Amino acid sequence: MAASQRSELGASNVRLFKDRAARWGVTFGGGLVLIALLLIFFYLLYVVEPIFRGVEIERQQSFAIPGQGQTLAMGMEEQSEIGFRFSDQGDLIFFALKTKSGTDWQPGEVILSEQVAEQPTAFAATQPQKKRYAYAVANGQVRIIEPKFRSKFTAGQRLTTPYVDYGNDGELVQVDPKQRTLTQLAYEYDGDSSLFAAVTADNKVIVNYAMATKSFLTGAVELESKFTELPLTGEVDNILVQPNLSQVFVRQGNRFYVFDVSRTGKVTERQLLNIERRRYGEVTSMQLLAGASSVMFGHANGLVTQWFEVAGENGRQYQYIREFKAGDDAIVDIVAEYYRRTFYTVSENGQVGVFHTTSEADLYLEHPDKLRADSVVIDPRANTLLMQTDGELHTFNLENEHPEVSWSGIWQEVWYEGYPEPQYVWQSTSGSDDFEPKFSLVPISFGTIKAAAYAMLFAVPIGLAAAVYTAYFMSPSVRKVVKPTVEIMEALPTVILGFLAGLWLAPIIENYLPGIVATIILVPSAIILVAFLSSRLPKTWRNKFTDGRAALILLPVVALVSWFAFEMSPFIERVLFDGNVRQFITNELGITFDQRNSLVVGIAMGFAVIPTIFSIAEDAVFSVPNHLSNGSLALGATTWQTLTKVVLLTASPGIFSAVMMGLGRAVGETMIVLMATGNTPIMDWNIFEGMRTLSANIAVEMPESEVGSSHYRILFLAAFVLFVFTFAFNTLAELVRQRLREKYSSM
Amino acid sequence: MNKWFKSGKPYIWLTAGAVSVSLIAVLGLLALIAWRGLSFFWPAQIHEVEVQANDGSTRVIIGEVYDREQVPIERLQESGVKLDGFDGDTLERQLFKVGNREFVPLDFMWVMEPQIIRDETPADLGVLERSKDGNFYGYVVDVREQGESVVNDRDIRDVLFERIERAVELNEKATDLQQGEIGAINHELNRLRLEARALDLEGKFTEAEKQRITAQEQALNEQYRELEKQLFTFREQASRDSVVMRDMRGMEVSIPLYRVLDATFPNDMGIFSKVGHFFVQIGKFVSEDPREANTEGGVFPAIFGTVFMVLLMSVIVTPFGVVAAVYLHEYAGKNAITRLIRIAVINLAGVPSIVYGVFGLGFFVYMVGGSLDQIFYPEALPSPTFGTPGVMWSAITLAILTLPVVIVSTEEGLSRIPSTLREGSLALGATKAETLWRIILPMASPAIMTGLILAVARAAGEVAPLMLVGVVKSAPMLPVDGNFPYFHLDRKFMHLGFHIYDVGFQSPNVEAARPLVYATSFLLVTVIVGLNLTAIGVRNHLREKYRSLEH
Repeated sequence: MAASQRSELGASNVRLFKDRAARWGVTFGGGLVLIALLLIFFYLLYVVEPIFRGVEIERQQSFAIPGQGQTLAMGMEEQSEIGFRFSDQGDLIFFALKTKSGTDWQPGEVILSEQVAEQPTAFAATQPQKKRYAYAVANGQVRIIEPKFRSKFTAGQRLTTPYVDYGNDGELVQVDPKQRTLTQLAYEYDGDSSLFAAVTADNKVIVNYAMATKSFLTGAVELESKFTELPLTGEVDNILVQPNLSQVFVRQGNRFYVFDVSRTGKVTERQLLNIERRRYGEVTSMQLLAGASSVMFGHANGLVTQWFEVAGENGRQYQYIREFKAGDDAIVDIVAEYYRRTFYTVSENGQVGVFHTTSEADLYLEHPDKLRADSVVIDPRANTLLMQTDGELHTFNLENEHPEVSWSGIWQEVWYEGYPEPQYVWQSTSGSDDFEPKFSLVPISFGTIKAAAYAMLFAVPIGLAAAVYTAYFMSPSVRKVVKPTVEIMEALPTVILGFLAGLWLAPIIENYLPGIVATIILVPSAIILVAFLSSRLPKTWRNKFTDGRAALILLPVVALVSWFAFEMSPFIERVLFDGNVRQFITNELGITFDQRNSLVVGIAMGFAVIPTIFSIAEDAVFSVPNHLSNGSLALGATTWQTLTKVVLLTASPGIFSAVMMGLGRAVGETMIVLMATGNTPIMDWNIFEGMRTLSANIAVEMPESEVGSSHYRILFLAAFVLFVFTFAFNTLAELVRQRLREKYSSM
Repeated sequence: MNKWFKSGKPYIWLTAGAVSVSLIAVLGLLALIAWRGLSFFWPAQIHEVEVQANDGSTRVIIGEVYDREQVPIERLQESGVKLDGFDGDTLERQLFKVGNREFVPLDFMWVMEPQIIRDETPADLGVLERSKDGNFYGYVVDVREQGESVVNDRDIRDVLFERIERAVELNEKATDLQQGEIGAINHELNRLRLEARALDLEGKFTEAEKQRITAQEQALNEQYRELEKQLFTFREQASRDSVVMRDMRGMEVSIPLYRVLDATFPNDMGIFSKVGHFFVQIGKFVSEDPREANTEGGVFPAIFGTVFMVLLMSVIVTPFGVVAAVYLHEYAGKNAITRLIRIAVINLAGVPSIVYGVFGLGFFVYMVGGSLDQIFYPEALPSPTFGTPGVMWSAITLAILTLPVVIVSTEEGLSRIPSTLREGSLALGATKAETLWRIILPMASPAIMTGLILAVARAAGEVAPLMLVGVVKSAPMLPVDGNFPYFHLDRKFMHLGFHIYDVGFQSPNVEAARPLVYATSFLLVTVIVGLNLTAIGVRNHLREKYRSLEH
């Protein structure tokens, strides 16, 4: 007896343990749902977050300036292993930037030093990605230099060694035929031809276009020199040449001259720009941005202004675009990045600033590691910064992955290079390298709202009316069939709705547009007519035509009237629109007409949303307690009055939540909009034009975006926006519904 | 009249009208898909029409009438069509599918009704279904074996069918060989390559290992050469025969029989043979591989992929969904956490499916999959194994997406079980867990089933997230095959829904592919509506059952 009791106790311990384990397991499983939602939320955020980070700079190495003389220019090769500097004595010095296994390099150790020019009088550098440099030597001659790197793989290790390559086959170029000494030089090279601009010792500005022509017979390239002396007098501060060799810029104080250089070498003045001293301050430096469409000016008050050509009445003219505040001291140097529109500033007190133009992002403004910078240079991959201070060079690690994205760039109008005005543009990819991606989420968010709005315009009246009728008037036997039938529609894959919308409905709408409009007018009229006729019927008949069966009676009416409207369509088209509505809309009304337009999306997506709205609203109306409507009817109100004044009012939170749920579904729908619109990111409410929505945009561009790129992260941001959108709608709807449920349970 | 309006009657009728419009939309849509989808399989009559052009010249067109439409005369005149001696407002034009893609510039032709001067459907007209270049329409003139006629007073159709059967059989043998044994050898070779790489990475790639692997490789290559010889023999045998057809240009064209899959003479068919043919076509549609960039042939890999992915998803979603529902209904107290979880369920149901796709791609594919590759498959890198979209990630992504469906349905089932049953069980001394396991869950199993069916229906129709996490337009290999480990969860797969999108919108010949899209749509809709009706049926049955229990 005692033994069996013990064994029972033992068993119950095991049972209790099992019970407790089940409780914990199930509770954890329930919590997993919450965890899943939070995981989605935070993962999206985790991917999006880096695009809003600023620049992080971390000092790596410091060493004494290798070689002699003042630095004229510095540079780095792709791997940021070797740096080089040009000195005012005509030396090109290559030096190691870090220790490297396989070599015995120490940071700052000179690897190669070569005198490339004797007693130089002026120096010029091309845009960074062209990697060419020029020294002016005596008698108006110029030496062209290209620092180059050779890579060798030995035992899986890459070893890079520098060497010097001379342009123009090592020959000097006679830039000034009059053999004057050049005091300032600008130089650009497009692969064949070169363009030089220079200031001579007697303060004349000269331009020399060394045009390359390929001989048809021998294939040899010959350089033909076109020399022009510009009609300018006075001290020149800066002189620059555009990398596509079409323009020369000269700055005299705050006066900025733009000269056009034609393909034949003819130089004409295009524009004289007076940079208002009072508005922007004294100009202290000038630089071209990557892509070379923008000129940046540094000012004495720490301002940096961006100017580019905008088409206006007098043709394309340079114009003030935007400004950046890089401290309060004069800007002595502006450095452009190789490919992106990011630039670096150095001010007189040694502060370094990092900015991105189009996103108007102020990424960094400090003394890096409390050092006073004299000049800086960035490597081709934009992740190493080489900085010169008093007698020393420093390398910095630079983290600046996504400068082109900023909150204002995504949600506000941005003035892009070559555009006549600030605009919202989404254009993520293009064929050319110079292309700057344009990430404005406004047009696609607009498209999302537009698509949802047209869908709701269609779905809300039909869905709600059908719900009210089904819940309140319909006889229970009919309701039992009708409700699941409409709800089946919710289960239809949207890819099928989208396919039908794109390939079946869109051509029908295009060909039978008058028929569609006629249907919208005729069907309600016909319904009212039938209602009127039914009220005139003798009583015995009317009893069969009860309100409870009206929907079934109307089925053939609606079908017939719609069929009639479509049959009439060609006739209406001929009588009213000269036989071609499309042409009428395009030519007479001046409205663009796309075959896959908002009307198609509205109807197709409307049908996808109707069951959602119908189902929830029907439940809400149906669950209004009977005694409320009975009371109202007993007090003498008609059924319609009871419906509008009592039932709908009571059910209104439920109806609201139905509309919210429907909206949530319309906003997130992908396949229908993807297939039934042209997916062009335009901003126009026109019903005959398409749109591109957030969801379709993700579906189209996600598979081809590079993982970790700004584009990839922006698409995640689009997904995050969708998530937050629908989260807000759904949570609101659910809270309203929960309150409603509590209210009814007390009734 | 005014009073009548005030009574609200017309508004009531208007709301009724909304119901009618919804019903017509649903039923019309289903009918449209069914009609278009099924008529694809029905053998169409082949017409031979003589068309007179404006300049009086005539020509013959042979093909199926594909579409008809009424066009307003004005629009035709604007586009420069001359219509002399014809009055009326609109006229009919017919779209002929003329096939014979390699001989005519366009395999579809519009013909104005009044231009047709002769329209016949001769019984001799036949259509060849080919593995390349689509259908061929024309008269059968001769059947040849290596250039020599083999008809010899026999019925030419019998000879043709005989020879086609032989060629098809040989082709099948060749395909089986290619996909079966040769596929296995390739798989094995690839495995050896990876094994060598893995040994190399671990630093254990000794001379002995090297020799072993090379020896195995050589043996496999030897086998491969044998099989290849066999394959070529089959191909050679298959290309022995050819059929000579006279096409609509009046020219005789010789078509090798190894390209012909089937020959039919629809004009000579009775209603019964047409019905038979109809079902044969449906059978082929669901069991064959797609051809010609998915625009022809069957959809078997898409069906297989969809079913496999959905099964995988069910395995994942059911336990989680049921546990979460049990928690919410049986264990959760009335507190803030429970409310939060309920809101989470609602939101999981409401989050756009594409967001799941983005999440699945970033989190599962790149993050989890990428890590798995680093740990378990370093030898295959840099080509990813699990770090690329695949069927497993699709199943997991859709499992999260359908989780709320299972939860809501299961919870509803739990709430229908009268509390007296629980109380009775507890009163008899059972623990809560035992009550749950022995009493509640078995009773709720139909509700769980309903939830699962609805989840499957939802997953089968979802396309947007799959486009990011694993679906492709054409998968060379099914996710299940005879090579170890038999289930290849890292492979990409085909899906019916995506197939519709791809063929309807991305294919080079949308016109030719359209019937196939309708047929695929019909298949998908049938499956999904069927599943939903089943779920509704189960649920209604359940309600009735417990209603009687409550008293």
